[in-house]
Amino acid sequence: MSEKLVGQPLVRKEDPRLLRGDGRYVDDLGRGALAAAFVRSPNAHARIADIDVTDALDVEGLVAVYTYEDLPGRVAEPLPLLIPHPDLTHPRTPYCLAKDEVNHVGEAVVMVVATDRYVAEDAAERIVVTYEDLPPVVGIDQARAAQRLVHDEVPGNIAARSVQTNGKGDAQEAIAAAPHRLSLDLQIERSASMPMEGKGVLAHWDADDRTLRVHTSTQTSTSVRLAVAAKLELPPDRVEVITPDVGGGFGVKIMHPWPEEILVPWAAMKLGQDVKWVEDRREHFISSAHERGQQQHVEVGFDSDGRLCGLSVEIWHDNGAYVPYGIIVPIVTSTQLLGPYKVGAYRVEFTSLYTNTVIVTPYRGAGRPQGVFAMERTMDAIAEYLGLDRLAVREANLIQPEEMPYDQGLVFQDGRPLIYDSGDYPTMLRMIRELVGWDGFEAERAAAAAEGRRIGIGIGAYVEGTGMGPYEGAHVKVETTGEIVVSTGLTTQGQGHYTSLAQIAADVLGVGVADVTVITGDTRRFKYAVGTFASRAIVTSGNAVAVAAGKVAEKAKRIAAAALGGGADPADLELVDGTVRRRDDPTASIDLRTVAVLSNPLRYAFDEAAKAATQFAAAVGTGDEPGLEATGYYMPERSTFAAGAHGVVVETDPETADIRILRYCVVHDCGVVVNPRIVEGQVHGGVAQGVGGALYERIVYDDAGQLVNASYMDFLIPFATEVPHIQTAHMVTASGVNPLGLKGAGEAGVIPTSAAVASAIEDAEGLSVRRMPISPSELYELRKTRTTRETRKEQVSA
Amino acid sequence: MTEQLHQITVTVNGVTRRGETPARRLLADFLRMDLGLTGTHLGCEHGVCGACTVLLDDVPVRSCLIFAVSVDGHAITTVEGCCDPGGELGPVQQAFQECHGLQCGFCTPGFITTITAYLEENPKPTEEEAREAIGGNLCRCTGYQNIVAAVLRAAEILNETQIKSEREAPHE
Repeated sequence: MSEKLVGQPLVRKEDPRLLRGDGRYVDDLGRGALAAAFVRSPNAHARIADIDVTDALDVEGLVAVYTYEDLPGRVAEPLPLLIPHPDLTHPRTPYCLAKDEVNHVGEAVVMVVATDRYVAEDAAERIVVTYEDLPPVVGIDQARAAQRLVHDEVPGNIAARSVQTNGKGDAQEAIAAAPHRLSLDLQIERSASMPMEGKGVLAHWDADDRTLRVHTSTQTSTSVRLAVAAKLELPPDRVEVITPDVGGGFGVKIMHPWPEEILVPWAAMKLGQDVKWVEDRREHFISSAHERGQQQHVEVGFDSDGRLCGLSVEIWHDNGAYVPYGIIVPIVTSTQLLGPYKVGAYRVEFTSLYTNTVIVTPYRGAGRPQGVFAMERTMDAIAEYLGLDRLAVREANLIQPEEMPYDQGLVFQDGRPLIYDSGDYPTMLRMIRELVGWDGFEAERAAAAAEGRRIGIGIGAYVEGTGMGPYEGAHVKVETTGEIVVSTGLTTQGQGHYTSLAQIAADVLGVGVADVTVITGDTRRFKYAVGTFASRAIVTSGNAVAVAAGKVAEKAKRIAAAALGGGADPADLELVDGTVRRRDDPTASIDLRTVAVLSNPLRYAFDEAAKAATQFAAAVGTGDEPGLEATGYYMPERSTFAAGAHGVVVETDPETADIRILRYCVVHDCGVVVNPRIVEGQVHGGVAQGVGGALYERIVYDDAGQLVNASYMDFLIPFATEVPHIQTAHMVTASGVNPLGLKGAGEAGVIPTSAAVASAIEDAEGLSVRRMPISPSELYELRKTRTTRETRKEQVSA
Repeated sequence: MTEQLHQITVTVNGVTRRGETPARRLLADFLRMDLGLTGTHLGCEHGVCGACTVLLDDVPVRSCLIFAVSVDGHAITTVEGCCDPGGELGPVQQAFQECHGLQCGFCTPGFITTITAYLEENPKPTEEEAREAIGGNLCRCTGYQNIVAAVLRAAEILNETQIKSEREAPHE
């Protein structure tokens, strides 16, 4: 048997195409299609008094102008609430085009269709919308104060309020009874996914066939298909949604349907011509989702070893103007905040608040970076209070491997119990201690101080629920050419599924990855899927591919046993090197491609494979199905929990307060690894986004609700010069939930970065960091308010 | 009003291309829409991200900041032109695959063109220089570490190819 492909760092099958410039992203398709552009609200909160399109009508090449009044039937209804929740008592979702009122800068008001994008923008520019300004609600403070309302009929701007406890006693009582108590007020600012490719939609209506084909840059083509069918009142079987190459997602493209995903297909049907819309960068800033913005109040009680007795957390979450994606982000923060720790009695309450800003839906990490920030700041505060080592305090609170599976006593984002399936957190902390050089750091600090340099070390640990259900599926087919075609419904946006899923299928079928072609996100090929988000793709689709490929292998053995004769039992056969053969007599063998021919009872000798098969009389038995193919699904009972710890060393400039990362280390456990090269890349990318979130990236709104840094000039995504070299170490605790033992890896890198960097800055500066991101000027200001740890800081700078 | 069209002649990836374009059409749009060379991508349309980088007479430029009419008579190299003459992956492209220097692939063409020009200028960069060389292009997926490695690997491949071709060349 050849060596297993799962676990090997293979180079990616998809790369040559992308490297030659032969990728096909949505804007590379549909040459000659009409182009759509949108008139978007320049106001954060206003009533629409009038829309005057007269001037636009003179523009040569204009095809159509649509406002809310033009929208028919279900297109005119508010967009759906994707994930309702009993605590989401006041859900509000937007219309495809604003009806009477706008609630954030960037909300679409008028759609223009023209012969090309230049002309469409010419026309859009000439449309005059008259607004009556309403007072905007900007930021969590204003939302909480509720002096002004985003939606008149939503009291207190409160979309949802939710409380969870872990069933381990009353948290307030436990805190009150604890030997020591602390409270912290924390804040994380807004950021955004910012994929390099924005959103885009291309629609083609075949009036003769009554079929609608939509290409969209999404993280879920199957679900967009159902949304489009419902909105346009078409039978789902008349709608095909295809996700072409996608230039990054990071969460923003799991939100769906976006208004444009309904309007563009609707316009294509109405006009009987192909219509395309491609988002420009400014549009992306002001109309695609943001995330992260939260305030938190933490109260904790603990003993003299730093062991937690009780933890109570209040969270105020800014959900923007609407909540079409529900309250997943604050639910994730509330539950994943616990990390690898036992916290005693736990109570968490979140309030999800409307503001007159862009909607908030999951961005890589999806609420976890905020939760980990709260927990890890708390650990550091306890260590500081007790004068203990920060790692020692963490170690005192860890869930032990022998306590797995460990029930945290909460309900997770998937509605299932928050039960950690496996993990070895003490080993994880031991590894990060070594990797980052924790024990030798005081000598390093002293040496730096001797040169007048100020350095600090920090740490952040997390547990991440991955691979949630409800399911994914796959179809695996062996062609008579020997090619294996694997189709899965979920999409891909850079995670290397064309390679990693091929590795899984190839192992089961005894072929090489070169023989396997993977198709993703095309509803013509596979109709049932959830989507690629929440670090779930390899876990769910990976196991589904194994199930489907396993069925194909069984069928191949059945057919081959009959073909080989000699009393061969299917159980005596194995699939090796593209053949099916007897274990006890490898010369009794038949090519897998020949088995594929035999699997079809009707076989004309169209090709060499069919001719070669004529020597075998056998085919599929009566009662079996033609074709060497099968469909398989994987439905996890619940999520599987990955984990990791980051260690970071920073240097802060004593004069300018510039912050530089000197060393960045990651210990990462995502269970059994399918392709280490790909996992490593995912971790690197996550850390880079984490560094952005810690030091550079923030979405800034002014008091009027204008997004003042809506460009790459002003919203500072790190370049290569800002991202440190990342040292990684991997550990494997196989998942106890799924057959392949996999855990997700997509979001890992970003989760504890802000927490770890804040910890390191605190350590360097001897002051408390309670808010991220932090810029040099903010650190400079923070130094002026220094109240704690004066003494050691003086020693360091001396 | 009908937009006035301007005749332009541009050598793109070694091939002379003629086109008619309005004065305001961006070079990126001309390459993508008129010539069908969709390997050049638009990430920000304000000159920061670098995804649209092409070589104008061998110098990297942002094709989202240049009008097509202004390159009349000049030579352009796009990512499609960075392949080997036989159509195989060129040295920089090959290095990107080996080092896993790309994930979604959207920013990649801008890196490929930028690095191709850079290695002409500096065939043996240090790691620090390699990082600096790509410091004008944004990537949201990779964290850059493997792109830095790809710059160094591409330099190696180019060097190996050069040594090989020198050895194979007839001695005088």
